[in-house]
Amino acid sequence: MKVALETNQLIALAMKQIEPHVVAAYPITPSTEVVQEFSQYVANGDVRTEFVPVESEHSAMSACLAASLSGARVMTATASQGLAFMWEMLHIAAASRAPIVTIVANRALSAPINIHGDHADSMGARDTGWLQLWAETAQEAYDNTIQAIKIAEDPRVRFPMLVNYDGFTTSHAVETVEILEDDQVRNFIGSIPKPQYSLLDTEHPTSFGVLALQDYYMEFRKAQAEAYKNVKDVVLEVADAYAKLTGRKYGILEDYKLDDADVVLVAMNSAAGTAKDTVDALRKEGKKVGVLKIRLFRPFPVEEIREALKNAKAVAVMDRAYTFGGPAGPLFEEVATAMVNQNQKPLLGDFVTGLGGRDITTDEIKQIFDTGYKALEKGAFEPLVNWVGVRE
Amino acid sequence: MAVINIKSLTDEKPRFVGGHRLCAGCNEGTIVRQVLLAAHEYDVVAFNATGCLEVTTSVYPYSSWGVPWLHEAFENTAAAASGAEAAYKALKRFGDIPEDKKIKFIAFAGDGGTYDIGLQALSGAMERGHSFLYVMLDNEAYMNTGIQRSSSTPEFAWTTTSPVGAAKVGKAQPKKNIVEIVAAHGIPYVATASPSHYVDLMTKVQKALSYEGPTFLAVYSNCNRGHRNDTGDSIKVSRMAVETNYWPLYEIENGKYHITFKPRNPKPIEDWLKLQGRFAHLMKSGNEDKVAELQQWVNSKWELLQKKEEFSNSL
Repeated sequence: MKVALETNQLIALAMKQIEPHVVAAYPITPSTEVVQEFSQYVANGDVRTEFVPVESEHSAMSACLAASLSGARVMTATASQGLAFMWEMLHIAAASRAPIVTIVANRALSAPINIHGDHADSMGARDTGWLQLWAETAQEAYDNTIQAIKIAEDPRVRFPMLVNYDGFTTSHAVETVEILEDDQVRNFIGSIPKPQYSLLDTEHPTSFGVLALQDYYMEFRKAQAEAYKNVKDVVLEVADAYAKLTGRKYGILEDYKLDDADVVLVAMNSAAGTAKDTVDALRKEGKKVGVLKIRLFRPFPVEEIREALKNAKAVAVMDRAYTFGGPAGPLFEEVATAMVNQNQKPLLGDFVTGLGGRDITTDEIKQIFDTGYKALEKGAFEPLVNWVGVRE
Repeated sequence: MAVINIKSLTDEKPRFVGGHRLCAGCNEGTIVRQVLLAAHEYDVVAFNATGCLEVTTSVYPYSSWGVPWLHEAFENTAAAASGAEAAYKALKRFGDIPEDKKIKFIAFAGDGGTYDIGLQALSGAMERGHSFLYVMLDNEAYMNTGIQRSSSTPEFAWTTTSPVGAAKVGKAQPKKNIVEIVAAHGIPYVATASPSHYVDLMTKVQKALSYEGPTFLAVYSNCNRGHRNDTGDSIKVSRMAVETNYWPLYEIENGKYHITFKPRNPKPIEDWLKLQGRFAHLMKSGNEDKVAELQQWVNSKWELLQKKEEFSNSL
């Protein structure tokens, strides 16, 4: 069935179809509508969900965590300062193996305050232990939301997951998308697998959130680190099952005209679409260019990135966030780390674009590809980090 | 609700056991045992804010808790209880747990986790009306980090961040009235208690648990390390807090005040102050006015409380 909805409304619809046991959330632009629309489904009696309109994002995640450890299917939505305010609880939720799915309409962090698209929020959460899916379009945001439930709750995974899409550019855009019927969604995700331990199991009392000191803490951390190794397989299994149901096939990455590409642009979220259009235009001029879009950012797909970039000669990484005082933007650092110690590796450059919702235009992307070609002539990206579309 | 019978309660299987690392003479273990014994008729799920009780009772791979127990962080115990209670309601509605499964949720937090860093989460949970009992163990400072002042610390008390020196005489501000703040949410049951008056404490726990909706119990919890008293004197200090009217025992049930213990002859505040080294500087000459000021604070609060009892029951 095709519908034309604003992405936030579409995601609220996906949540209605998922019908979580508990949604605890706090309003924040540009994700507010997700929760607002969902609360209407609750008010209409369309879902049996217990909606907890908490007094802060910190409490949202705290309530989500306790609900998840109680064996409930749990979702929330946030952005920017809201995700930042959850920061403490993000770590605790991941380490507690609580499969909470959080929708993030990616937005810039203050100061100065800015409500528009930017990846600083979820990039700031990259070390919290949350899995992360990113979406170029409304369709992908919808499809990722449904798949995220099945990935996060899989007993081989049991980690919380962020489902990202760009604030305003995507969150407030109306696109025609293909949706599933409610029962198709429910059959696909099934019931949440019963956890081995539940907070509500009074017959088998378990202590959650204990103190572990020098004698055990490191083993807890190693066990957590090991568990991420299962995630990629589950992401692909779920993607296969989803493709059978919908005909829409997702991978960990998306290659766009990479096979013979000399200069490759690495992008996430909506800018990947603009980049693909630019590639089409440049290909007509005979330029061998391509796009690598990252769908699964956490765990970071190191092997897949190496494979995808093995024939590239120059790689331009688009960062819609910056790491102040760091060597480059966060996505660049990840890609560069993936390529380190490879015998054959492309030249790598970082391009900081679109902060605070600034448009990322086809002209700018052309300029980035041009810089890639120049790097091939010079033998290096100089400088390593390039700010694009900014007044100096 | 049965009358508390301590003798028969001692036959109940304890749901909080020894072997924990609370300090010798600490009242927190005593209070938790009293609360869980009073709740023995119910299946209980407990929550714990970061603090002394949490770190000493859950040292992996050991636990003192015979009920399901969750510690998330410092400031969010009420939010955690909200989430579990929401899950409990939803799981029943979906048919994932039996409709007749009855669970009582009890959250434990200290004064720091309640008066200060946890106040927002507490207020949110109370306003939303989640059904759980919040037990606040009031030892009047951040004892777990080493005796730093909180907004519960009484005026003039020494702590490591309200030290006594030539320019300062301990904490400069009076203790915040958390009971009235919580009661202002209009929740069905709010009470104070002290482990020295254990029948009163346990009766209040049972009363609180008989209500649907949020309930709150503020329990005086002597900390001999922080209050600087003998380890064997914790109950004595607690009793004196009640008998001086420093810590009056009362409840606010559906808006009606009821003072559950009225000392026939209230003792002077000095009798409580002098048991505790944190007030040692007040016992020196030249600080008589400070003692008088504290006595005045106690008297006016006690008078107001009696008037509230009278007035609320006249409505």
